Amino acid sequence: MASVFEYAPAPESRSVVDIAPSYGLFIDGEFTDAADGKVFKTVSPSSEEVLAEVAQAGAADVDRAVKAARRAFEKWSALPGSERAKYLFRIARIIQERSRELAVLETLDNGKPIRETRDADLPLVAAHFFYYAGWADKLGHAGYGADPRPLGVAGQVIPWNFPLLMLAWKIAPALAAGNTVVLKPAETTPLSALFFADICRQAGLPKGVVNIIPGYGDAGAELVAHPDVNKVAFTGSTAVGKAIARQIAGTDKKVTLELGGKGANIVFDDAPIDQAVEGIVNGIFFNQGQVCCAGSRLLVQESIHDELLDSLKRRLSTLRLGDPLDKNTDIGAINSADQLARITALAETGEAEGAERWSPACELPSSGYWFAPTLFTNVTQAHTVARDEIFGPVLSVLTFRTPDEAVAKANNSQYGLSAGIWTEKGSRILAVANQLRAGVVWANTFNKFDPTSPFGGYKESGFGREGGRHGLEGYLDV
Amino acid sequence: MSESSATRLNVFKTYKLYVGGKFPRSESGRVYEVSDSKGKWLANAPLSSRKDARDAVVAARKAFGGWSGATAYNRGQILYRIAEMLEGRREQFVREVGEAEGLSKSKAGAVVDAAIDRWVWYAGWTDKIGQIVGGANPVAGPFFNLSTPEPTGVVTVIAPQDSSFLGLVSVIAPVIATGNTVVVIASEKSPLPALSLGEVLATSDLPGGVVNILSGKAGEMGPHLASHQDVNAIDLAGADPVLAKELEIAAADNLKRVLRPQPVDDWSADPGMSRMTAFLETKTVWHPTGSLGAGGSSY
Amino acid sequence: MPTTLTAFADVTTSDSALRRFLHGLPGVDAVGLEARAASLGTRSIKTTAKAYAIDLAISMIDLTTLEGADTPGKVRALSAKAVNPDPTDRTTPMTAAVCVYPDMVATAKAALNGADVKIASVATAFPAGRAALPVKLADTRDAVAAGADEIDMVIDRGAFLAGRYLETYELIRTIKEACVREDGSAARLKVIFETGELSTYDNIRRASWIGMLAGADFIKTSTGKVGVNATPANTLLMLEAVRDFRAQTGIQIGVKPAGGIRTTKDAIKFLVLVNETVGEDWLSNHWFRFGASSLLNDLLMQRQKLSTGRYSGPDYVTVD
Repeated sequence: MASVFEYAPAPESRSVVDIAPSYGLFIDGEFTDAADGKVFKTVSPSSEEVLAEVAQAGAADVDRAVKAARRAFEKWSALPGSERAKYLFRIARIIQERSRELAVLETLDNGKPIRETRDADLPLVAAHFFYYAGWADKLGHAGYGADPRPLGVAGQVIPWNFPLLMLAWKIAPALAAGNTVVLKPAETTPLSALFFADICRQAGLPKGVVNIIPGYGDAGAELVAHPDVNKVAFTGSTAVGKAIARQIAGTDKKVTLELGGKGANIVFDDAPIDQAVEGIVNGIFFNQGQVCCAGSRLLVQESIHDELLDSLKRRLSTLRLGDPLDKNTDIGAINSADQLARITALAETGEAEGAERWSPACELPSSGYWFAPTLFTNVTQAHTVARDEIFGPVLSVLTFRTPDEAVAKANNSQYGLSAGIWTEKGSRILAVANQLRAGVVWANTFNKFDPTSPFGGYKESGFGREGGRHGLEGYLDV
Repeated sequence: MSESSATRLNVFKTYKLYVGGKFPRSESGRVYEVSDSKGKWLANAPLSSRKDARDAVVAARKAFGGWSGATAYNRGQILYRIAEMLEGRREQFVREVGEAEGLSKSKAGAVVDAAIDRWVWYAGWTDKIGQIVGGANPVAGPFFNLSTPEPTGVVTVIAPQDSSFLGLVSVIAPVIATGNTVVVIASEKSPLPALSLGEVLATSDLPGGVVNILSGKAGEMGPHLASHQDVNAIDLAGADPVLAKELEIAAADNLKRVLRPQPVDDWSADPGMSRMTAFLETKTVWHPTGSLGAGGSSY
Repeated sequence: MPTTLTAFADVTTSDSALRRFLHGLPGVDAVGLEARAASLGTRSIKTTAKAYAIDLAISMIDLTTLEGADTPGKVRALSAKAVNPDPTDRTTPMTAAVCVYPDMVATAKAALNGADVKIASVATAFPAGRAALPVKLADTRDAVAAGADEIDMVIDRGAFLAGRYLETYELIRTIKEACVREDGSAARLKVIFETGELSTYDNIRRASWIGMLAGADFIKTSTGKVGVNATPANTLLMLEAVRDFRAQTGIQIGVKPAGGIRTTKDAIKFLVLVNETVGEDWLSNHWFRFGASSLLNDLLMQRQKLSTGRYSGPDYVTVD
């Protein structure tokens, strides 16, 4: 936006974080090289700068980590819940203390704006540990029997879109319930998990309770398949989720899967329009749309389509894309070249299928992975961009005429993770929310998260819930 | 009476499937022989095909909207009505269960009584489960946040092989109590009590299609139901380990919720809640609370 | 009525028509509105942008004294400060206006002595607005006759809250006519809603539309005399109103948050709201004002900090 009021660059200082040139796997309380000595590089998506070299876990390392977790399990699960709680409270406090450092680190490794890591990711990470810390000595009151037992070793595989937050969602309930964990962060965003390993050391967490093994999909598959893993928790794509479901068939492994989505954001003609526009923007451009519960399908009542689109386009024109470390940046970098290629290809498919493409005037930086905020109008249910998860800053706009049609279109998806409803009429909110087949329904708001609030999908968006009392179930033998 | 009854040829019952509230034969025209525990022929049962299974899924899907949308109170009344109807036909089921499972009349009677009581137990659960597993979540912000359990959808059940009636009731009642609809494959060896249950359900105000009962081979129909894209969940209670694994793999195609087979020593024991919660989704709805006036911010 | 307003001619023909129109405006979700305002409040305005914003903010101030204890001396001091905010730095811009009671307009006019600082006068039985119409008209005419460039009127919140929307509208129209001078020119009219008394955001949006339809040149949040005055959220909402009004009529209307804005940090947050809601067309003191008194000194201290690199102190700005 060219304006007489140009904001000068306001970069967050990189000096609050000290990234070492290389990192090992964190197994049994020690940083260690991979058994085969393999390493990979992690780059900053906004600049393609190499941030560090990281040991790459292979099958032998997975086995080593699972064995360490197994050894640690007996003592950890036998600790009084109140003692486990105190470890988790310690971790939560250290995360709060180090939150600026972790926010900058996450922004560097992931590419998302510092505004989000500072104001959303990190506060939620700390809150999640605080929340589950309090459960550790109250499991008998959680509604799963008088003395519910932990499962054992949890194998956890997390994605790159919210690296530290997904770690918190996985590790906090697992430890509170008395499990030990082996966690594999995504290969493009290993650093915050490795810093978390250091936080575990600072907190004095017994060795082997948390093991962090950066690596690729093969390491994740090894972890899921390991015979001594009792619990599999995965957040990522539906395709991999299905592969995991097949892999663990016939075993006793308990599983929770948080997978893809194609959330419908439904705007009725009596919506609070200005807030709806903000909700639409937040729904699809938060974290560059790389959010499983993104409101990637806008279903707008036909009678206000033009008016809403005008408002939306005007609003998109004010989004500030650029240096993720700049405190005024709204839209950061796409996480990887691969993801950028996928978004680009799907957007091209949208055009080829006849949808109308629009982006605000927006200069993309010359290095790094960038994609301008994009709208597709004249989209129907048959378009690929209305059905496939794009996982990028691309919004497909469809119309409806009646509440019934809105619900039918919203539910017409193999996914069922999230949905939004915008109307000032209370009974319509409740009626539509009731009909939507989605695990999280945001009415007159969008993309809100809280550790007390269960999160998870219907249908091919996965099963099990994370967060709240519900989130304990996946880590207890019930 | 006694003379004439001694010479009277009794009327055999033709056992039929229960699908969509109707009693069809298998579309395949096939039947198989069902014997009692000593090998004596009891009746022919329909040998359902994959097309029967497909039709049953269609019926279950069609019934889902109405059944899941019914009030919990209404579902509870209907489940209780099933218990009432069963009580009235107790003697029939005592005989059928006794023959099927080789039980004495008193033992079979205890099994049937337990099955009737199980319907009563789940009748009472319909309007309580929501409060037990759902509730308001105290989020850190100006939002009202409520989690409620909702039925998963169409559930396929492989009924227990040995406990042909109490086992069957114990696996289908929790599924429908919460608003799911069900396609159940009855015990292959002893399907007759299950098929007779259809006659009870049909006269209990239960909408057609909520429960669909197939007889035949789980190994034949199971894979089609496990891979069916319009089935949301599968209970493998009566599947042997080899079949259970095969079906769990097939179920991954659309990420069905899978309840793996668990050893059950005593079907009359307190069933707990786990068979209900296995087929529930948690939906969480957020809404801003906001301040009463623009004068003061609420946060 | 301007021709571009003819599309809205029907809505002011009766109380019921006006009510239907106002209640047909999109609702406001309080949490979403406040969250958006808070989010824009996290913008980090540094170095050159901050220097620009500070000067812009100074130039947008309606430097205000509205006390029962106002004296000619106080008003003269205020006027001097408006013309020459920082005696140590002559590059400091003048404020947009001084804002006084009607009986002080003449004093201010004399003190300003032709400087390019407007004289704004509150009128219409400010701040309560509880007086008969002839009194309000006389109040307004007095101020205009004494040389006021701008009139800051208050609406009758009682009438508004009682649902007498047309009466509220007619009052503004009547005062607008009273702003016309003998030579045919007119004082610009700012309409104060006293948002803290209207209480709900829906009411603030409706009041904004009444004001805009009735011919307000500015819509203004508050008198500064109640518990809650200008907030980022209610100002954002009014900015949305003037944005929507211009989109539909082509008529641009100014916005003036008043009361409670005391620091440079606060002022810059409001400028960010303007920048990102209505854009640069409103980034001048013809279209945006701050009703404030103590804000000016904080801006001046921040300005000194930027130019000298040292933090300033209250002894290095004038107390008037």
